[in-house]
Amino acid sequence: MSIVSENPVATGADEIEAQAARWLERRQFGNWDDPAQIAFNAWMNESSAREVAFLRLEAAWGRTGRLAALRGPGDVKKASRFRILPAIVGIAASLAALAVIGVSAGKFLPAHAQVRTFTTTIGGHEVVGFADGTKIELNTDTILRARMTTDQRTIWLDKGEAYFQVQHDAAHPFVVFVGNHRITDLGTKFLVRRDAGRLEVAVEQGLVAFKASDEKAPLQAALLSRGDAVVATANSTIMAKISPAELANELTWRRGVLIFTHTRLADAAAEFNRYNREKLIVEDPVAANRMIGATFPINDVERFARVARDVLGLRVIYRDKDIVIQH
Amino acid sequence: MIETSDTGRNDAGVGMTSPDVRDWFVREVLPLEAALMQFLQHNWRNKSDIADLRQEVYVRVFDAAKKEIPVRAKQFVFATARNLLINRVRRERIIPIEAVADLDALAIAKDEPGPERNVAARDELRHLQSALDRLPPRCREAVILGRIENLPRREIAMRMGVSEDTVTEHIAKGMRALADILYGAPADLRRQK
Repeated sequence: MSIVSENPVATGADEIEAQAARWLERRQFGNWDDPAQIAFNAWMNESSAREVAFLRLEAAWGRTGRLAALRGPGDVKKASRFRILPAIVGIAASLAALAVIGVSAGKFLPAHAQVRTFTTTIGGHEVVGFADGTKIELNTDTILRARMTTDQRTIWLDKGEAYFQVQHDAAHPFVVFVGNHRITDLGTKFLVRRDAGRLEVAVEQGLVAFKASDEKAPLQAALLSRGDAVVATANSTIMAKISPAELANELTWRRGVLIFTHTRLADAAAEFNRYNREKLIVEDPVAANRMIGATFPINDVERFARVARDVLGLRVIYRDKDIVIQH
Repeated sequence: MIETSDTGRNDAGVGMTSPDVRDWFVREVLPLEAALMQFLQHNWRNKSDIADLRQEVYVRVFDAAKKEIPVRAKQFVFATARNLLINRVRRERIIPIEAVADLDALAIAKDEPGPERNVAARDELRHLQSALDRLPPRCREAVILGRIENLPRREIAMRMGVSEDTVTEHIAKGMRALADILYGAPADLRRQK
């Protein structure tokens, strides 16, 4: 590809933006190795004009990550997605017509690769595709690092939640590290969520090996198959069953909605707060323990507040950037 | 998404600027772009200067934020734009009076439309969808394959029957157009559809 910084003295907005777009395209789609990173840093550090141009394009491109929701038929409740987003039926249908190419894992990965970091901000939702066919979906406020080479595929979930669709390949193990825990894929779709002091792994399809590195942990290792979940906290590690319906509910963020079925208002608000900067605060225990069952667009804090007020008869107060719900 | 390369030195990619400043700029300043563009277009006769003026406003705001993040982003952005235009008029004496509608108008430009961030989030997907629809066809195709289908460049090139360099061009162009549509176009235009 052509060199991005062939005109380093450009000061016109148009030329700078053109260069910024090339860098962004290269970072998203090209080989992004150390020399590329160094050249990019040098370009970027040259002027604020370059930095703001790049930030602007990057932010707009980041927003389009939500468009991943338009992808072809997924495994969950197509009907409800279409109900929520009638405008996109056309494009979803046309995308469904695009064939998916099968690849054997590992084959297309480089022999040596550095660690790449992927992040989403609050409310973010990103899909990262790898050359081996593996896809990782990042939920809100997530930090994930990946090193994918021909020999080994290693992921670190530093924060947040991710849904993995792994191209299984016994010769090239796929391992997710979450703090001290190690999750090895054996051919699978699974969910990993890391909150402060709590880890949850739930398997939708295939097999996953779970291993605690803490030798005192009551559950050292477990083989999880479809419908199995592990919840690990500082003091306990338990294995539980998760029904397809429950798991589907946990994965609704992939479609941009939150579904509550008989959920405490305080818990529902906490879930909303993961996705939005405008925070819901449930102030008293009476309100906190009210139960709700409803489906919301993931960012529609307003609608949640309206339901609390109109359906549950609670008081809703706007305070600074927050919404306070009281009895 | 911010994808960085972990080289173990810093939060690679963006030099010495604090993440707070970058975050503030994206969160508070970019959503003002539609209003800023209206303001510039309304107050500056020579349309070919607008992109450079916007860049200059952003640079001044950004540099100021590196020292201290302004408390009121909107006031700060429009004060900066106003000062910039006034200085330009004074400096470039050749510009006749009609270049700027009138300086008083600049002084009262406080009643700008509100920032876009208040647009209900449920409209976001529709926005994005209509932004995508407004891209030139080849450009849109490349963006859909790259962004929605998550295909690598090589694969996109194969499907579109073009070279990888051409894919790069389409996508880079798409990135710029999307930024213009998502941030720069007036809200009423964006809400169509």
